[in-house]
Amino acid sequence: MHEEHTYEIAGGTLRAAPLGDRAIVLTAGNSGDNETSQLLAQVGRRLRQVCPLWVEDIVPAYETVTIYYDPFSLVKEAAAGNMGQASHEEASRPFAAAVRIIGRLLELPEGQKDEAAGRLIHIPVCYGGSGGPDLEEAAARSGLSAEAYAAMHAEAEYTVAMLGFMPGFPYLTGLPERLAQPRRAEPRKSVPAGSVAVAAQQTGIYPVSVPGGWQIIGRTSVRLFDKDAAEPALLRAGDRVKFVAVREDELVLEGAWSL
Amino acid sequence: MSLTVLEPGFYTTIQDLGRPGLRHAGLGAGGAMDSYALRVANLLTGNDPQAAGLELTLSGPVLRAEQDMLVAITGADMGPRIEGGMELPMWRPVWLAAGTVVRLGRAAAGCRAYLAVAGGILVPPQLGGRGTDVRARIGGLDGRPLAAGDAIPCMAAGDLPPPAAALAARLRQRALAEGRRRMMAAPRWFAPPRAYGGAGTDGIVLRAMPGAESGQFSEAARTALYREPFRVAPASDRMGLRLSGPMLERTTRAELLSHGVAPGTVQVPPGGSPIVLAADCQTTGGYPKLAQVAYADLPLLAQARPGDIIRFQPVALAEAQRLDLAREQELSVLAAGIKAAINSL
Repeated sequence: MHEEHTYEIAGGTLRAAPLGDRAIVLTAGNSGDNETSQLLAQVGRRLRQVCPLWVEDIVPAYETVTIYYDPFSLVKEAAAGNMGQASHEEASRPFAAAVRIIGRLLELPEGQKDEAAGRLIHIPVCYGGSGGPDLEEAAARSGLSAEAYAAMHAEAEYTVAMLGFMPGFPYLTGLPERLAQPRRAEPRKSVPAGSVAVAAQQTGIYPVSVPGGWQIIGRTSVRLFDKDAAEPALLRAGDRVKFVAVREDELVLEGAWSL
Repeated sequence: MSLTVLEPGFYTTIQDLGRPGLRHAGLGAGGAMDSYALRVANLLTGNDPQAAGLELTLSGPVLRAEQDMLVAITGADMGPRIEGGMELPMWRPVWLAAGTVVRLGRAAAGCRAYLAVAGGILVPPQLGGRGTDVRARIGGLDGRPLAAGDAIPCMAAGDLPPPAAALAARLRQRALAEGRRRMMAAPRWFAPPRAYGGAGTDGIVLRAMPGAESGQFSEAARTALYREPFRVAPASDRMGLRLSGPMLERTTRAELLSHGVAPGTVQVPPGGSPIVLAADCQTTGGYPKLAQVAYADLPLLAQARPGDIIRFQPVALAEAQRLDLAREQELSVLAAGIKAAINSL
């Protein structure tokens, strides 16, 4: 089918397929392990660096990068002669043109250094207590004491696989298998902002208070989404994250949300 | 200077064409559900297409103009009237005298109407847009739907850009020339109105392409999607429309990892009843995608209301993109026509 396309890039193979008439999904061969997340985050950053005007959004997730685009804007650019040898015929078929250009962008030699790669962010967490009401039960399910569960959670290094679900919510991979947890049978009506939580083989942090079904093991005062900042989300796909266990009073001292 | 909300209506929000560019941070693009109707309302008032206006849902608000202003109402017909009885014509620019009260009622058919004011609604932009994202609590007035007593900031008459200022001045003269104290004036020309199907009709036809996981659904499910009618369920909103109809069976139980979704994505949770995602949808989802509604048909989706019948019709990607580009051409022609009409007044 001509609506599917494959790119060979350093690190693996990407398959391109349409998500309707205004988005393209690049899918990696392997499923959502840390390496795949890193590769896709890197693809996302590369495309962002050279982002054409007709691309609206580039969204890395576990095994995909979704590129949202505006076909009319693409066609206008083609008509203005801004797209090299894009034929008139291709300009009337925006998907084909977009797939061709994305392929070319992926082949570009790395221009500037990828400074965002390997960013390591530390996030202070107060485990257990009123900010982590599910820690005891989660630890018991894992056959650990609450202290040991918290220590293992803080010991591991995580990768931001994607942001989604709500503005600024990071899905972190890299949770030690032993710490995996089922979702709550009944979601809570309100999970407080800053809650550090676990579900299946992933951990995450709630940026604002919303209903949620993950097991809450701790609380941070770090602000994950700042609606007044130009880049409102603290974390980006591909970032590495480490949690630092702190006492509740230390968390209050972190109240300025600086790191 | 402003519009005062006397009664908020069922669900009225300030909307523009959305804030794309932050989906990677988990913030959806949002924007008007029926972007076509908002864009036409903006063109009629001499605005940029992306100016913020009001999105009215099912039952409209009661508003008082605190200054002379130029407005246009498009979308679903909520029977707009001037307090005192006179009908306010839709799909054309209308000059209102300061103090005029505009009352909208229930939509006879369709779901959403748009009210644009010349100069746009001037709430401060947040993260690149003025529209309201209620879930993220950004944009609009404190990121929430309008309430009685709200003052909606509008451009002062003296600051209007030339075409809007000229049109407002011309219509004002016309109102004064009528002799009586006229509260309203409109030209004879108008943009072609759109009609919206209701529950009693054959249904709203949405053209759709296969979704990435359509192969994971049973043959029966794939056939049923395009053959059977679906009814819009009451639990539908700007995030998505829930449909009831035949159960759409998936042949695997395999869980999917979260992936990008977009307005128009037809996803099917394990229960088998599809949800069509809309303007305020999340950036990512985990349910299998059976189909994707063509972008050009999202304005029709926006006008579907609980109880309405929806039918899906297959469309190829190339054809969907042709429809999208044709819609843009249509709007360019309309924009040129309106400009010429304003200049010849």
